[in-house]
Amino acid sequence: MAPTTSGPHGPETPTTRRAVVVGGNRIPFARAGGAYARVSNLDMLTAALDGLVARFGLQDEVLGEVVAGAVLKHSRDFNMTREAVLGSPLSARTPAYDLQQACATGLEAVVSVANKIRLGQVESGVAGGVDSASDVPIAVSEGLRRTLLTLARAKTVPQRLKAAAALRPGDLKPATPRTDEPRTGLSMGEHQALTTAQWGITREAQDEIALTSHQRLAAAYDAGFFDDLVTPYRGLVRDQNLRADTSLEKLAKLKPAFGTRLDTPATMTAGNSTPLTDGASTVLLASDDWAQAHGLTPLAAVVDAETAAVDFVHGEDGLLMAPVFAVPRLLARQGLTLEDLDYVEIHEAFASTVLTTLAAWEDKEFCVTRLGLDDALGTVDRDRLNVHGSSLAAGHPFAATGGRIVATVATALHRRRAELLAAGEDRPVRALVSVCAAGGLGVAAILEAA
Amino acid sequence: MTSTDRYLDLVNSGVTQKIAKQLGLPRPARLRRAADRRPGAPLVDGPVLVLGDGPDADALAQLLSGTSPDRKGWDLDVRRHAAEGTRFAAVVLALSEVQHPGDLAAPLLALGPVLKTLAPGGRVVSVSRPARPDHAPALAAARQGVDGTVRSVAKELRAGSTANGVVVADDVPVTAPGVLGALRFLLSARSAYVDGQLLAVDSAAGSLPADWDRPLDGRVAVVTGAARGIGAAIAETLARDGATVVAVDVPAAGEALAAVANRVHGTALQLDVTAEDAGARLLEHALTRHGRLDVVVHNAGITRDKLLANMTPDRWEAVLAVNIAAQLRINEALLTSGDLTDAPRIVALASTSGIAGNRGQSNYAASKGGVIGMVQATAPLLAPFGGTANAVAPGFIETDMTARMPTLTRQVARRLSSLQQGGLPVDVAEAVAFLASPPAGGVVGQVLRVCGQNMVGR
Repeated sequence: MAPTTSGPHGPETPTTRRAVVVGGNRIPFARAGGAYARVSNLDMLTAALDGLVARFGLQDEVLGEVVAGAVLKHSRDFNMTREAVLGSPLSARTPAYDLQQACATGLEAVVSVANKIRLGQVESGVAGGVDSASDVPIAVSEGLRRTLLTLARAKTVPQRLKAAAALRPGDLKPATPRTDEPRTGLSMGEHQALTTAQWGITREAQDEIALTSHQRLAAAYDAGFFDDLVTPYRGLVRDQNLRADTSLEKLAKLKPAFGTRLDTPATMTAGNSTPLTDGASTVLLASDDWAQAHGLTPLAAVVDAETAAVDFVHGEDGLLMAPVFAVPRLLARQGLTLEDLDYVEIHEAFASTVLTTLAAWEDKEFCVTRLGLDDALGTVDRDRLNVHGSSLAAGHPFAATGGRIVATVATALHRRRAELLAAGEDRPVRALVSVCAAGGLGVAAILEAA
Repeated sequence: MTSTDRYLDLVNSGVTQKIAKQLGLPRPARLRRAADRRPGAPLVDGPVLVLGDGPDADALAQLLSGTSPDRKGWDLDVRRHAAEGTRFAAVVLALSEVQHPGDLAAPLLALGPVLKTLAPGGRVVSVSRPARPDHAPALAAARQGVDGTVRSVAKELRAGSTANGVVVADDVPVTAPGVLGALRFLLSARSAYVDGQLLAVDSAAGSLPADWDRPLDGRVAVVTGAARGIGAAIAETLARDGATVVAVDVPAAGEALAAVANRVHGTALQLDVTAEDAGARLLEHALTRHGRLDVVVHNAGITRDKLLANMTPDRWEAVLAVNIAAQLRINEALLTSGDLTDAPRIVALASTSGIAGNRGQSNYAASKGGVIGMVQATAPLLAPFGGTANAVAPGFIETDMTARMPTLTRQVARRLSSLQQGGLPVDVAEAVAFLASPPAGGVVGQVLRVCGQNMVGR
């Protein structure tokens, strides 16, 4: 969307049209080393696509595009999404590309597909994401890698011997992938611990968020909310991390996992932080015409999106605070306030990520000095926040989270709108989706019930 | 199609085949199944003998041979007399005009020698009229005699051959769509495991398909319990016959369900049929996605076996809830919707347990007997729209469920039918597909057994 003047409905130009979410499918998310321990990213993404094709009868369909990605990726998966399409019942003539933006991959994929639809470049598309924290790539050390490359180039025996002689015992140790920030050496949890301390977020408040997440996700499953969103995989029917019976007492017993070396009390535990998770998700997007021609009901339109980044290396902002900046810009462009949103989805990377985000928006000084607002952005009604549970309960296979949230909230928007219409209330029903990501990135999007 | 029946494999191959023959052991045959035949294969593999005299016999012979003046025939090599040395693939007994038991002698005695050289996987199909209490006793005796003799012939046949009958109501011509559809089904390889059955055609409703290989073209069918076993086979068979299939199963079976839906180019709907709004959700899915709903196959079912003395309320109630209460609720929702008005078809899975009873299955038999009562009472409600409701009662079918039986029990259960083997899920599916087809419009409120003429029950 071009950054032109904004009106109450955004800078719509006559050349754009609506892009709608018509549904989604994901596999239940598994804890790392759990049900999908031996399953590859390609397998999981293909499984999620298979279920989507089955749900919407897309066998042999030529879609405009399938866009997906993974954060932890094998080098052999250089064309993973295309390979998943070829392994699915979709027509082999459906194009695809891989996209990667850390934990925002899934949401960015949704935005990318939606934008192409809005511009009339494609009629339909699938946005998705997958990640395995179990089946991760293990690389050889830099020393061994260089030796092997030199060996491959060596033409004579002496050259080969010389190359091999350069090898040191330490080079044989494999290099496992790290999710630490390359520029700070700190893990994401340690980064968030700094932010948590900076905003003075308590352990109790974090455990409360975690408990609510589990309770709401379990309730949604029990109500059949996910019957049209999740297809079981490899014996897993619900998210493996979900603890319907957890309690504040149980959560309070857990030892702190991050921030233990800070001056302030350590508050972040395995219970109020997302675990490493395996899983995949997909979202089916389309133009209204395509949806109608295929007998599919539009659930929600992808209205607008905004990406932000913070300087967490040299600046004063926390690693996961970029959405704090993206959301006010997005709301301003759409002429909306927090009160105009029926649902607010803030990805629970950590319970404290949600709480520091909310705290920043409630802080007048921060909003005025850092966000350039006249006043605090406002308070998010907790009854509208992550109402079907979020990543603390479902788990967080990095690139799969965006698709999970978008499909879930689009379904919620559609149902809410139908309820309101049945009660004689005809008004827009909107949702905000916010996902933080490594590298100080954050993506936010607004959806509106179609 | 591969069998899990090792004994059947042994007696049909190599040295063990000879041993079994010499020892006089039961030798179940490999059945002639549609799925094993090349596309475009003839209905039967050889000449067809039509026995019987009178206008009905002539009409049937004309129709089968393609010489019928008003309808396209089936281009079979039809003979009216058994010539010495001719190996017939099928015999049609035209017995609709018998008046006295004495009239049965000529056609049956003519059939006798033909059976000696009947081709493997051969077919004997009678066409007769029902015996009723208001008939003259001799007429009723003649007609009811057909029932007994056909069932006996079925028990005498070997090599995968079957004998069945079509019983045509007095006011229905023998060339009505329902009779032709039933006759064609029973002659074909689709009825491989249907044996010793007399299927009633009670009305002239129904229509002949433009293409007998795709009778369900343009029709939309819902199949419950479609993730595996018989339900998956039904979904595949209906799709083969041209239907657009909505495959339904509980959310927990979603992975297998998705695979079935993708295989049949249909849609998957994860839905518990016992949900209050299951009927509305089925209908909404079918209408919004596919524009209509024509066929509903109630296949979802569970067992919770216990002797009644040890039965617990949860076991009893779970079986009744899934196997019959859900079907009743869904049917009511569909019937009151006003959306099923174009010759709709309801086909429900009953069971021989629901007919003959089965030790340890008092709950299951109550539900499956219930299914039979349900279709009988539902059929009249659909009749105004040219619709039907019927049941299919499988006997011993090779599924995951029967694979869990103790080995010896399973072996004995297999041999307890005239065909001396278990059926396959596709055999049940073929019967369902027939009842779902447009020509079967004259079959109303019936129970079609797919049991290889199992010895239990009627």
